[in-house]
Amino acid sequence: MTKKKSEARAGLLFASPWVIGFGVFLAYPLLASLYYSFCDYSVLKPAMWIGLSNYAELMSDDLFWKTLWNTLVFAAFSLPLSLILALSLALLLNSKIKGLALYRTIFFLPSLVPLVSLAMLWLWLFNGENGIINETLRAIGMTHPPLWLTDKLFSKPAMVIMSMWGVGHAMVIYLAGLQGVPVSLYEAADLDGAKPFKKFWHVTVPMLSPVILFNFIMGLIGALQVFAVPYIMFPGGAPERSTYFYAMYLYDNAFRFNRMGYASAMGWIMFILIFALTMFSLRASEKKVHYGS
Amino acid sequence: MPEEPIKENPIQAANERISGKFRPASLNKQKTLQVAMIHAALVILSIAFLFPLIWMLSTAVKPLDEAMTTPPIWIPSEFQFDNFGKAMAFDADKLGYIPFLVYGINTIVLCLLVVAGSVISNAIVGYSFARLKWKGRDTAFALTLATMMVPFPILMVPLFGLFRDLGWTGTFRPLWVPAWFGAAFSIFLLRQFFKTIPFELSEAATIDGCSEWGIFTKVILPLCKPALAVVALFAFIGTWNDFIGPLIYLFDQKHFTLSLGLQQYQAQHGGTQWNLLMAASAVVVAPVIILFFFTQKLFIQGISMSGLKG
Repeated sequence: MTKKKSEARAGLLFASPWVIGFGVFLAYPLLASLYYSFCDYSVLKPAMWIGLSNYAELMSDDLFWKTLWNTLVFAAFSLPLSLILALSLALLLNSKIKGLALYRTIFFLPSLVPLVSLAMLWLWLFNGENGIINETLRAIGMTHPPLWLTDKLFSKPAMVIMSMWGVGHAMVIYLAGLQGVPVSLYEAADLDGAKPFKKFWHVTVPMLSPVILFNFIMGLIGALQVFAVPYIMFPGGAPERSTYFYAMYLYDNAFRFNRMGYASAMGWIMFILIFALTMFSLRASEKKVHYGS
Repeated sequence: MPEEPIKENPIQAANERISGKFRPASLNKQKTLQVAMIHAALVILSIAFLFPLIWMLSTAVKPLDEAMTTPPIWIPSEFQFDNFGKAMAFDADKLGYIPFLVYGINTIVLCLLVVAGSVISNAIVGYSFARLKWKGRDTAFALTLATMMVPFPILMVPLFGLFRDLGWTGTFRPLWVPAWFGAAFSIFLLRQFFKTIPFELSEAATIDGCSEWGIFTKVILPLCKPALAVVALFAFIGTWNDFIGPLIYLFDQKHFTLSLGLQQYQAQHGGTQWNLLMAASAVVVAPVIILFFFTQKLFIQGISMSGLKG
């Protein structure tokens, strides 16, 4: 009994840094931002309760809807494409070939590039006049290649292409998942005379489903918060605000327009959206995700 | 561990070897063709993934006019390595210091403070969640995991207010002090690792009169060096790459980190001297990639662990 008690005391003592960290750096700001979202608040003056006004204003704020739309469109393309690319790379690498470590390193390297450097690099690659991408397109006969970063039709596809360059992280997670699929399952499928696609669909996908779900949810949370790269590459969300994303507008409200209450309301809408989408994906996948031993 | 190769079933391996020997020639040919196709796909994809980085390096050592030619030149007529010096020391006369040198020192100091804080705090907290029984522990752990869903932008405004009231804005403190109080992801990672160590070891140490702190520091930690290294590595990379934190809290150019300094450089000078911009960008990328090459195995293990269920 005393041993149990002393262990419990030690447990709480050991957990105490996180209890403080959780309280001060997570719970407090989370609740404070809920309060501020009902307030008129800026750096210059104390918060003043204004009820639902921020939320009401957001509902009729065109820029709010525009940035939300931009963000959802970006996520809708970048997320599935990145997940498929990452899975394809992992499948190729899982085929017991020579040079696996080298290929894995090559595919992983881009995901290590700091976001600011990444933004600089792609500003240069996508440069309409002198960028290597358009130089190459011209060399193969396209006389008027798209002006990626300054054309509102191509700025979002450019963002999606950049995000796909960084799939190395998800690929490594898939690869670990693939290596955990028992070989005996494939042997059983072989005995049944299953073709490669059938094996993929009926063995690999179900066994990998928890990892796919994990990558999906992490990717979703990341895509909805996209900030640094577009903030650097597209000041003000140019061209024609086609790359003005939700987190950029939130940041601008908080630190440039001095509307911190308004920004807090945006933060809570984002949180609710992420929470709802995560719960929805968990529910929707409940029957399809296979949690084996 | 996910990195371990799958153990071959000896009987199956023998069967494979035999069937390989006696397999009809057409099947072997088909197999060779398949391997060749996989290699072809991997080579093409490798080129696609590598070319941006190679182009960055190639531009960084070129004279400006050669960076802009049609068709593009991959290998410059002369290697201008002083592009790096020029980019890093831009405005040095005006500022009175070499900006990228100062940014680099700031970044390293900040990274070390965050790494030390993360390793120490997350190890202590992870130990509690993994190996000590207390009431409400599992609920607290579930809550900890749930916090990974909280988007940073929602915390931004109150945290800024908090640090401003403490008088910490414009200093490094908002960027490293929180790291000393634990972070959900690293707690999770270390907990998973701590749980794999046999509990008999703790019991034996208790019988020998070891205190809980003694067990933690003398028994468990020495066995968990790889996991601690993974946490250190992720903390280092995360801090090195962080942009929004320094953007919010650092006002004086003398305090900037490399990421923020690079963005500032581009905002003021970018869009014309691409060779210098690429040189500066390469300087920010290089340490991360060098670090990766020395710690590759740990890195891959750490990421692999994050995708596996507890």
